[in-house]
Amino acid sequence: MGAGRLYAAVAAGGFRRYATYRAATLAGVFTNTVFGVVLVYTYLALWDERPHLGGYDQAQAVTYVWLGQCLYATLAIQGGGFEKDLMERIRTGDIAVDLYRPADLQLWWLASDFGRALFQLLGRGVVPFVFGSLFFPMALPSDVMSWAALLVALLLAILVSFGIRYLAALSVFWLMDGMGINQAMMILGIFCSGMVLPLNAFPGVLGDVVRALPWAAQIQMPADVLMGKTDPLDAYAFQATWAVVLLTAGRLMQSAATRRVVVQGG
Amino acid sequence: MEELPRWREGLRAYGMIAGMWIRSSMAYRASFVITVFGNLLVTGLDFVTILLMFSQVHSLGGWSLPEVAFLYGLSATAFGISDLVLGSMDVLGARIRDGSFDTLLVRPAPVLAQIGADRFALRRLGRITQGGLVLGYALLHIDVNWTVGKLLLVPVMLVCGAAIFGALFVAGAAFQILAQDAAEVQNAFTYGGTTLLQYPPAVFGKDFLRGVTFMLPLAFVNWVPASYVLGRPYPLDLPAGAAFASPLVALAFCALAGLAWRAGLKSYTSTGS
Repeated sequence: MGAGRLYAAVAAGGFRRYATYRAATLAGVFTNTVFGVVLVYTYLALWDERPHLGGYDQAQAVTYVWLGQCLYATLAIQGGGFEKDLMERIRTGDIAVDLYRPADLQLWWLASDFGRALFQLLGRGVVPFVFGSLFFPMALPSDVMSWAALLVALLLAILVSFGIRYLAALSVFWLMDGMGINQAMMILGIFCSGMVLPLNAFPGVLGDVVRALPWAAQIQMPADVLMGKTDPLDAYAFQATWAVVLLTAGRLMQSAATRRVVVQGG
Repeated sequence: MEELPRWREGLRAYGMIAGMWIRSSMAYRASFVITVFGNLLVTGLDFVTILLMFSQVHSLGGWSLPEVAFLYGLSATAFGISDLVLGSMDVLGARIRDGSFDTLLVRPAPVLAQIGADRFALRRLGRITQGGLVLGYALLHIDVNWTVGKLLLVPVMLVCGAAIFGALFVAGAAFQILAQDAAEVQNAFTYGGTTLLQYPPAVFGKDFLRGVTFMLPLAFVNWVPASYVLGRPYPLDLPAGAAFASPLVALAFCALAGLAWRAGLKSYTSTGS
């Protein structure tokens, strides 16, 4: 079937596009490693003061840090994946050409972003994680099943991450400029994904709220699945629910947006 | 006599280019106000993290919240100043790649001034404001027997800290001439540096501390002088008077960064595109 091959080719293109910039990838690996080290020390101090904060021991908190650094670029926590391109195409009107193509807009960008995510995971994510496991005590499972469970959680996290950013990108149909929404997504992404502090260590009602938002599917869920802190099926259900909600919303927004597209001549 | 006019020429070029970018950002006033506010929020997240941590504990590495806020305020404000003045340096790599760096070289103004003022963004006042507010809070709440020396150290830390971060930006720019795509390495030192200095030195491992005290002198932005102000022992053995060494360290570091920049500029070969 042709469609499958088309999207596979788009995904491969997304992978290759990011694989081209080797120096940038190395630089990213270095930066994530440095930030990981800084975070590990602060977390160790925090967990020293308050053992079992959020149900983690020190080794689990350290594992959380390095998984976060590993997934930071993969899930474009701070933004900066396909959505900047899509926003620019909407702003300039090039989107009209995309809508003419015999391919689905949402699937096209999902495939492209999937290729990017896969490269970022392999090229940029794995090394800081391995570095962390070599130099700091981590709580890594030894059975293959836990790692397989992590892979499924990652796949769902990639879908959720795409779903969030697709909605943000389509908002440009109405906003005309993506600067404000990008900034908002950056703040929400860093804070609500648990990039700064594990979500289970957030206090009170704030903790309950952030753990229910879709961003919780990105780092918290994969971390808890890897370390056996939650039943994988519960985590998958949470992630899949948000993925379906977000992707459906994206589809509805897409059809609403395309109905109002007026291509400017000139 | 030769150096002084060149200095002033650089400052004049910097002022003109920065002024141009300010006028350009003021063309959309509402958008400008929103981005300043957004900048305040983004940079404030770091402090929110510290507040979240202190909602669970009473001290971190033995330091209280006002003391950590003192470190945070100093680090964020000093970094904010250098970020405002030189923060757009990370576009240098992109300029080299697309060939527009060559344009800067043929203009009759110092390249460093041109690249420093490139895309000058007044919205970066957000970080300085936010850091300043936290510093104000800290100064009101820390328990210190103020002496003239300690009082003087506060502005000295801000100025020298900004100079040390500024030197990092310049050294990073020189590095980008060699490795154009690797602009992100700079972030590890600049953003990583300011994040690191927001936490008490006692939190970090000894080897790590030695690295950022003796090799990359980040500790002189706030850790060493602030430990003296707060009357806390610095985790490493340092000679007496080290708390007052920041100006010397900043000067030496700036000179080294200047040399690196010159060497980088000399080794530059255009992409030809």
